[in-house]
Amino acid sequence: MKHLKQAFALAALTMAMNASAQTELTVYTAVEAEDLKTYAKRFNEEHPDIRINWVRDSTGVITARLLAEKENPQADVVWGLAGTSLLLLKNEGMLQPYAPEGLDKLSPKFRDRDETPSWVGMDAWMAALCVNTIEAEKNNLPMPKSWQDLTKPVYQGHVVMPNPNSSGTGFLDVSAWLQLMGEDEGWTFMDGLHQNISRYTHSGSKPCKMAASGEAAIGVSFAFRGARLKEKGAPLELVFPEEGLGWEVEATAIVNGTDKLDAAQTLVDWSISRKAMEMYNEGYAIVGMPGVAQPVAHFPENAEALIIENDFSWAASNREAILTEWASRYDGKSEAK
Amino acid sequence: MIDSPALSTPSSHNRRPLSAFGQRFAGRWVFALLLVAGCAVLGLLVLAPLYTLLSKSVENKDGEFVGLDNFAHYLSSGGIESAFFNSLWVAGLSTVIVVFLAFMAAWAITRTRLPFTGWIRGVLVLPILAPSLLPAISLVYLFGNQGVLKSWLFGAEIYGPIGIILGSCFWTFPHALMILLTAMDNADGRHYEAATALKASPWRTFWTVTVPGARYGLVSAAFVVFTLVITDFGVPKVIGGQFDVLATDIYKQVIGQQKFEMGAVISVLLLLPAMLAFVADRYVQRKQSASFTARSVPYKPSHDRRRDAVGALMLTPTLVFIFAIIGMAIYASFVTFWPYNLSLSLNNYDFGRMDGGGWGAYLNSLQMALGTMLIGTALVFFNAWLVERTPQPRLLTGVFQLLSLLPLAVPGLVLGLSYIFFFNHPDNPINFIYGTLFILILSSVTHFYAVSHLTAVTALKQLDKEFEAVGESLKASRWRVLFTVTLPLCLPAILDVALYLFVNAMTTVSAVVFLYGHDSQLASVAVLNMDEAGDIAPAAAMAILITVTCAGAKLLQGVLRFWVDRSTRAWRQGTE
Repeated sequence: MKHLKQAFALAALTMAMNASAQTELTVYTAVEAEDLKTYAKRFNEEHPDIRINWVRDSTGVITARLLAEKENPQADVVWGLAGTSLLLLKNEGMLQPYAPEGLDKLSPKFRDRDETPSWVGMDAWMAALCVNTIEAEKNNLPMPKSWQDLTKPVYQGHVVMPNPNSSGTGFLDVSAWLQLMGEDEGWTFMDGLHQNISRYTHSGSKPCKMAASGEAAIGVSFAFRGARLKEKGAPLELVFPEEGLGWEVEATAIVNGTDKLDAAQTLVDWSISRKAMEMYNEGYAIVGMPGVAQPVAHFPENAEALIIENDFSWAASNREAILTEWASRYDGKSEAK
Repeated sequence: MIDSPALSTPSSHNRRPLSAFGQRFAGRWVFALLLVAGCAVLGLLVLAPLYTLLSKSVENKDGEFVGLDNFAHYLSSGGIESAFFNSLWVAGLSTVIVVFLAFMAAWAITRTRLPFTGWIRGVLVLPILAPSLLPAISLVYLFGNQGVLKSWLFGAEIYGPIGIILGSCFWTFPHALMILLTAMDNADGRHYEAATALKASPWRTFWTVTVPGARYGLVSAAFVVFTLVITDFGVPKVIGGQFDVLATDIYKQVIGQQKFEMGAVISVLLLLPAMLAFVADRYVQRKQSASFTARSVPYKPSHDRRRDAVGALMLTPTLVFIFAIIGMAIYASFVTFWPYNLSLSLNNYDFGRMDGGGWGAYLNSLQMALGTMLIGTALVFFNAWLVERTPQPRLLTGVFQLLSLLPLAVPGLVLGLSYIFFFNHPDNPINFIYGTLFILILSSVTHFYAVSHLTAVTALKQLDKEFEAVGESLKASRWRVLFTVTLPLCLPAILDVALYLFVNAMTTVSAVVFLYGHDSQLASVAVLNMDEAGDIAPAAAMAILITVTCAGAKLLQGVLRFWVDRSTRAWRQGTE
């Protein structure tokens, strides 16, 4: 009996120690599933006492889920979600402002503008054209160099792009064109582009996937996806149109109301550390801390110079109007030719 | 025994011996209360969650009541006409095709002497065993721009209505077949004998005996297929191109723009055609009476080569189509990089290396599917029995039927979000189940309740009401009749329902994608994620693994069903 008691006491003690040793954080993310293991591993090298429980899905689904859980949030931290989505959550009062260690080392583009930021940036993903070299050759398509090139009649029926009403990537493109070219010219450009579009997709990575499998010659998509597909053997050429590229920041934030604030703050601190930035740099050409980024395979070396001066607050406040205008111009025409 | 139609469907009043009136009356109350409980359970699983989301259709972003403003806004935004009518005609045409093919298949299986019907049944339900992404991948590989059969479309594109209809026909076919087979399995041989005695031609027999006998099944099948197609966004999203339908409109509003209130508006609009179909279904159902009575003789098709040949002919296109889709998917899972590197390898089956949870996700899926099967089958069958085989106030059965069919008209995406709003609410006493495997089970039971319920009801309807009447006169309670007569007779249908719930839970994505937690990832979601990341071949491989698992379950069910069929058939005929 005495032994039994001792055993119980020992077991209780070990459990208590384990409990204090391991804080579990529920982290929502839209980061590529295959990268999550690396993210957790590198973080745990320095903080073995915090265990990350990932919930991952595509940007749209995770954002909808976070918003729907507003009354009773399940996530402690969001690590790796589009800035636009985080802005939405911030406006709903769902984010806990926090100034992480090393905030001053972050490029001003890569943080929420508030004094104590609600989110801090990790890296940027940027627009790109995925061009299937085999199909381009088969159809005698010259390699496009600019956005304007895409309106040339030679590309008729060969271009696929995401519908901005369904996909954040699609909206990123549209808002970038409007900022680059001005409203009038931007819409004229899209009118011309529409003539060449074979279809609009519901997901931002789909156009690049379609280009990879030869279902389309040119997909308007983003660089990260193109680079990954190229790695897997797709006959793709990534083109970065010369006028400039739309981009979006991928960021980290603490969810308001978490009861594991300490651990959450530790994670956010680490997420903008130099080590983390080097990790992001393995897949992304542009990261939040200036001077860290090394060239990445399949990305242009001067990636940072190619992206536009993106006015996110303009994009956010005009989003509704832009989408309505876009839909009235190009949606509902069931088959564009 | 006297064979009179007036006796085969006696009203409940004639049946009740007056002496035991009080006792019976008390019995009625118990059954009614049980059904009220059944309604409450469904209310909790369907109505309450739905209300939390659909009520947003009359609220603005800040949750203030705005009346029909959102509806007006949506209707005036344009595109609604095209999306609405696109939805209607695509769903309508798919329904016509599927119900026709499924009816002919059911006829060939139950009314001819074709060999290997067991195997044919197995192949015909294959589509339901596969995750929905699988036909999408196959259709692109078959008919896409690089597709091997591209020329068959005569220049038309698979991306658009053609793709939606082909994909929808593929995945809804087993749903229709299951209902029709249940409706036609227990045919009364005496009707056919009578037709033969009256020298009716096979054609006339078909129209005067077979079709009327399956009438209820036909209407139910049409109702189910129409509603499934019109609420599904999986197929239109993947292969519909920019062809607008209502379901993808919800996707745009909710996932693309996070506008829950507009998503709610479209969900409400989507309920309208489904409600209409529901009313039509009820109307026909009222006229249905038992086709398999206590005096029935199970039908045994006679030898007729010509009829068997017609049956084979009717089955061929469906079988070829199913084989082509599944075959292409199997091929796709071995290809290194479609269509530029067609060398085959087994690497795609190395799930340990893959993202999205790998084998852990597969085990979660298995547990979830088993849970859904056990809880769902019990719940569905008990409720269906209460509705069909016990005396119930009419109003109550009406309410129950409505509740049980409602989930069919709710897109999975809407159901998933509703479950977040309802089950994750801080005031909900059972909000601890949120994020666990259990809520995944509940959502799946709800999501697939309607077709299971229809199958159970169809099976129960075919049993003569006299079983209970005879039971009563022998002083056997309804409970005893349930366990000694009804359940054994319905075992085939129960097994069907169990399998249906299992395989759907294995393959479903649309609702659970919002509900899984960090330790309850599912294989079907992993398939979607891998495809999203461009890993089409590993996605196909995981999809095939799910399909094989479901096929294993189907095989097991087939063996059980064969055994049950044999023993109950012998018992029904009174031989042995």
